[in-house]
Amino acid sequence: MSWDDKLLKQAKKIIKLYPQKRSALGPLLHLAQSKDGYISDDSISVISELVGITEVQVKSVSTFYSMYKQEPTGKYLLSVCKSISCEINNSSEVINKVQEFTGLNNNETDEEELFTFEAVECIGACGGAPALQVNYETVEGVTPENAINLCKWLKETKPDVVVADEMQENFGGIKSFDWAIQDNSGATSTAPGFQTLKTTKVKK
Amino acid sequence: MKETILLTKHMRDNPEDSHLIDSYEKNNGYSTAKKTILESSPEKILEEIKASNIRGRGGAGFPTGVKWGFLAEDEDRYLVINADESEPGTFKDRILLERDPHQLIEGIIITCFSANIKEAFIYIRGEYAKPARRVQQAVEQAYQKGFLGKNIFGSEINLDIVVHLGAGAYICGEETALLNSLEGRRGEPRLKPPYFPAVKGLYMKPTLVNNVETISSVPWIIENGGEEYNKLGVEGSTGTRIFSLSGHVNNPGNYEIEMGSSFGEFVETLGGGIRNNKKVKAYIPGGASAPWFRGDQLDIKMTIDDVAKNNSMLGSGAVVMMDEDTNLVSAAKSIVSFFAHESCGQCTPCREGTTWLEMILDRIASGRGRTSDMNLLLDVCDNISPGLSWPPKMTTICPLGPSAVSPITSLMNDFRDEVESLIPTKVLL
Repeated sequence: MSWDDKLLKQAKKIIKLYPQKRSALGPLLHLAQSKDGYISDDSISVISELVGITEVQVKSVSTFYSMYKQEPTGKYLLSVCKSISCEINNSSEVINKVQEFTGLNNNETDEEELFTFEAVECIGACGGAPALQVNYETVEGVTPENAINLCKWLKETKPDVVVADEMQENFGGIKSFDWAIQDNSGATSTAPGFQTLKTTKVKK
Repeated sequence: MKETILLTKHMRDNPEDSHLIDSYEKNNGYSTAKKTILESSPEKILEEIKASNIRGRGGAGFPTGVKWGFLAEDEDRYLVINADESEPGTFKDRILLERDPHQLIEGIIITCFSANIKEAFIYIRGEYAKPARRVQQAVEQAYQKGFLGKNIFGSEINLDIVVHLGAGAYICGEETALLNSLEGRRGEPRLKPPYFPAVKGLYMKPTLVNNVETISSVPWIIENGGEEYNKLGVEGSTGTRIFSLSGHVNNPGNYEIEMGSSFGEFVETLGGGIRNNKKVKAYIPGGASAPWFRGDQLDIKMTIDDVAKNNSMLGSGAVVMMDEDTNLVSAAKSIVSFFAHESCGQCTPCREGTTWLEMILDRIASGRGRTSDMNLLLDVCDNISPGLSWPPKMTTICPLGPSAVSPITSLMNDFRDEVESLIPTKVLL
């Protein structure tokens, strides 16, 4: 097994949460995604042993869900929404600009492994359309220009923790609702920053 | 027209810290759960929920009290909160998760007490990373206070909550797909029978599956009484409901209102009207799955039954306004693409049909349509949902396929000229 002890410990903790081991499969795949930026064959075999199902069963689940990536992703996963509320609020222009800047087609990753681009279905930010996510941290009310500025900022500063509030303040616009509380939590990988994953930005 | 603030009260009154337990407790939070556990009985709670006449807020509008009443006897029973909010246009659960997670947890405690459930799961869509963090933090705080875990509020009752993250599949909002997903399987809807998760659900054990907004309403109902809740709104659509308004409106957002006013009034007052004083060409009354209404149908009342009478559905409460300049074929294509992407692939009419519909609409939208495409669209739709009636007949396990038909029947019934105008007339086939 090539998951380190820390990760295995975390995995075992997750498994204990559920009445049946297999229920932990989803969260373990998120863990695998956070480790490598995709679901590697190695992770599949580790998870199959942990959960007690075959590798094929793990693979069949991992390929069903769009957030488990089958190929390596960049440091930042750019997911621009194209569903109805965003579509009628000019999301196609945001998508064009982001694609132009990154030079990426849908589901492609650049050579430096900095950006992965995807045009995605509804991210639940319809009141702040058009919206996008960076590593599942939402930015609402994004103009095509600000989408480029956001990409430039990511490229130049390469933050380790991507914080929704910070990006919203600098590159966002109209919001779905009042976010109210300034929050410095965010994502550290192309898996959603959640639970025991390190997700808080330490204020300097 | 004004909002009626029940569920969004705490978050409005305490914008700075509504998600934290201290703030929630200071505003009488958890007092209803405590009273319930220590002084009430499961039967009394169920009676109140039945008296409130609340109907599920996830989309189907099933009476919550009836659902709870179905729950079969078993030693192991589960509650699953459906927080897989993914219906395009909908963002009302997001605010409840992000801004007032303790209200949901209090609702879960009361629900589990009433249904004698010891383990609950909150299934949150994976893209809701920040809401999930807030809920996780809230759950941990509730454990620390002894509101969750063993002997909650010093009683004999135990209750655990697990926050579970989905991974980007709209279909997991369908309750049996959600249960499969929670069991670590592909999120494919289950064949019926068994018809109700309340009889055979998670691990084939009796399971209540309820929407975030429904369970977030429980503390208010129990605190104030089912009768009080029943007085709000109109018959068949009681209480308040959070509508997500988006599209070409001046003030998009979540609005908590009593059901019963018209869509037009809602948009003009709370929504601040249509941007740039444009007219409404069409609007979606209840999420992407719902057939559209025309701009001249703004006087339809926002109740489950009124919308149903007009051959659509109030669904998840997502209202999307499209102004006179909207390219409706592109709009329909966006919705159909959504369903094509989210089809789980089990049933041929949906898997193949949605993809075909997407291709045909794409061809029409880009000016390469054929005259035969009009009938072809309807033919494909008819294979997914025979007769194109409302509510839809199905050739599929779940309603996802028929949902993709909704925008197309809307186009064909009400905006046929607009579609035809995009098709070049001199193409020889």
